Amino acid sequence: MQITVLLFASYADTLGASSIALELHPGATAGDALDRVRSLANGGRESLPERPMLAVNERYARPEHVLASGDEVAIIPPVAGG
Amino acid sequence: MRTALVDGPIDVTTLTHEVASTSNGATVLFVGTVRDVNDGRPVTGMEYSAYKSMAEREMSDIVREASEQYGTSDVVVEHRLGALELGEASVAIAVGHPHRDGAYAASRYVIEQLKRRVPIWKLEHYVDGTREWVDPTRHAAHASPGAETQS
Repeated sequence: MQITVLLFASYADTLGASSIALELHPGATAGDALDRVRSLANGGRESLPERPMLAVNERYARPEHVLASGDEVAIIPPVAGG
Repeated sequence: MRTALVDGPIDVTTLTHEVASTSNGATVLFVGTVRDVNDGRPVTGMEYSAYKSMAEREMSDIVREASEQYGTSDVVVEHRLGALELGEASVAIAVGHPHRDGAYAASRYVIEQLKRRVPIWKLEHYVDGTREWVDPTRHAAHASPGAETQS
């Protein structure tokens, strides 16, 4: 199934992209999407924190959140509004 | 109730008029502005960006929660995006309430929740020409979504 991963701010800078399309197996979780993004990062070096905040379809979600085809997963850097 | 992400200057007078009502005995206006120093480093300006659709959704949720908890529907929030100069308003929250206690409490709730939950980021520009994404969790004991942030 196809899902979209969104990256913002420092994470977008680090990975050099603001959006990544992924093909994941059915039953994959938000954490699986994160692991895949990590593996795409050059050299596998530590490019994202161990447990960044995640959102699925504009709602904060846990890594165990099971994805559906077409879902939008966002990896959220520490927020700094205000 | 109204929330918005805006690209131009925030007109705080409009916000206070929006929450005005003859049933309200108190209006509280909070305005967050760009400060010239952060963490001891001189700042020249700020650039705000957001995950817009989610930020709008979170801001609406927060305002609805404040309305339910503190008993007023007169709550308006605007957050600025893009490049801001020193002293410019980055966020404004206007609350109208029959009593001042409720107005202050609702205003406080909205700004604290906004800082914890709304996916907005700021790129600080420093006097020496460098730029850095602000990370409010960097100095916190526990880097978590609920970590306290400075104001």
